[in-house]
Amino acid sequence: MLIAAKLRAQLSYRVSFALDCLGQALTQAMEMIAILVLFGRVSALGGFAVREVLVMYAFASISFGLSELVIGDLDRLSRYIRSGDFDVLLMRPLGTLPQLMVADVQLRRLGRALTGLAVLGYALSTMDIDWTAPRAFLVVLTPITGTAIFASIWVAACSVTFWLVDSSELPNTLTYGSGMFTSYPITVFGGWLRKLLAFVVPGAFVSYYPTLAVLGRPDPLGAPGWVSWLSPVVALVAMTAAGWLWRFAVRHYRGTGS
Amino acid sequence: MIEVADLRREFTVASQAGRFRRTYRKVVAVDAVSFEIAAGESVGYVGPNGAGKSTTIKMLTGILVPSSGRVRVCGLDPARQRRELAARIGVVFGQRSQLWWDLPLAESFDLLREIYRVPRTEHAARLAECVELLDLAPFLATPVRQLSLGQRMRGEVTAALLHSPELLVLDEPTIGLDLESKERLREFLAELNVRRGTTLLLTTHDLDDIARLCRRLMVIDHGTVLADGPLDELRDEVSPERVLVVDLERPVADLDGLPGVVSARAEAGGLRHHLAFRRELTTAAKLIAEVAGRADVHDIAVVEPAIDDVVRRLYGRRRG
Repeated sequence: MLIAAKLRAQLSYRVSFALDCLGQALTQAMEMIAILVLFGRVSALGGFAVREVLVMYAFASISFGLSELVIGDLDRLSRYIRSGDFDVLLMRPLGTLPQLMVADVQLRRLGRALTGLAVLGYALSTMDIDWTAPRAFLVVLTPITGTAIFASIWVAACSVTFWLVDSSELPNTLTYGSGMFTSYPITVFGGWLRKLLAFVVPGAFVSYYPTLAVLGRPDPLGAPGWVSWLSPVVALVAMTAAGWLWRFAVRHYRGTGS
Repeated sequence: MIEVADLRREFTVASQAGRFRRTYRKVVAVDAVSFEIAAGESVGYVGPNGAGKSTTIKMLTGILVPSSGRVRVCGLDPARQRRELAARIGVVFGQRSQLWWDLPLAESFDLLREIYRVPRTEHAARLAECVELLDLAPFLATPVRQLSLGQRMRGEVTAALLHSPELLVLDEPTIGLDLESKERLREFLAELNVRRGTTLLLTTHDLDDIARLCRRLMVIDHGTVLADGPLDELRDEVSPERVLVVDLERPVADLDGLPGVVSARAEAGGLRHHLAFRRELTTAAKLIAEVAGRADVHDIAVVEPAIDDVVRRLYGRRRG
């Protein structure tokens, strides 16, 4: 209901909507070109061939695009807090997080997910994959678990805003950073950065491990095969943790009322 | 409807001390505030800026958690039962909007119906009533961002009433409105209070709001309640004098020595006299009779102390 109304509101600014979509498509194209240019120079990236990386990139794009759609106005939380509009959310008989999520559904953000879907279709159809039922199911499930993981990262990162109102750069770094990170095989990255972004922020479970499972490849880093199927569990844990952190942060806000 | 006992709220304020060090100090915004408001009352909550009005309102509505003390609104604890309470009270912030900026007003109302889960027929009836009384029909289809402030405020009040709240809290509802819009809003709220029995609690700087809407006044400053009581009683308490203005047919130099009169002033060459008297010493009727016995009276008026004068005197005093 709310979402439908929001969409109508967006479509009422037709020109700006069209320009937004165009902008999204251009950004997307640049990212793709970056990957293809890279493979013009090297034949493998972190031990993976171009199509394999494209699958990861596609999963990450779809998940990230959908998560941007789902998180709605959350990235504008600091504005809500500063203007006092957050108090308006607290006046209503609903949780604050769902209200922020549906407060703004940016249809143009669907662009990223749709191009991701196209890339996924292309990459998977031109590869020689031993299709089994669990693998097919995983292809469908991965964008959902990936979206859940990204959304959890957004929520957790934005919770910090309640303590540091001017911190909108921190959530951006964490979320867009994770977006970049998950587009490539984690083997490309080294040391502590990999550990942090792959397992603390569970970015590896957005695209890397599901891709290994779908392709039937063992992990070059030596993780046992069942780890590749863990994404749904990780997503659940991430959502729980993010929800808990959010509630804690809102309780802090109502305690200090900054 | 509202019970508040020993309510206290502190804030920690950081201030820069040196380049990296910060010092923190505690500021008490609300201190030992206690009051009760019964169902059906209409109470004005006034005080200078920074007196603690908004902080109190935020604690009553569950937005802020009290540092200590007890709050009950509609029998609920606002801090813990925020959502249950939200379904039973309506809140209007004069300087904030709970409508959706890009949507037509009517769609904002539809959304609120969903959010508050109001049955369709009840919602329609309630809305129809507000549309009629507040004359919303001409701009129901206009996006909220294009409404004038007066139109928007009427929309805000409607938005706060669609779920039939028992209590309506208004934080500076008439701020920035022109005289006609103010008057229309006051009329509507007064009706709501009398006819529906909706309890009203409003903060304001416009004392005409109080005079028109509130039978009871609470004055807060520096976080403590300085005065609380029926408007008439407070008026007698702080300014017990009233003024009888008499216009005479022929000038009289002075009207000294009238019983009960504490000060007298003549103007217009003795044609008009201002006689300040105390109610406990005489009545207006007796005084008029006395004056009429001494001079030919052309016209007569009794002037009550202005409400802003009353409130100014109340601000001036400190508790204890």
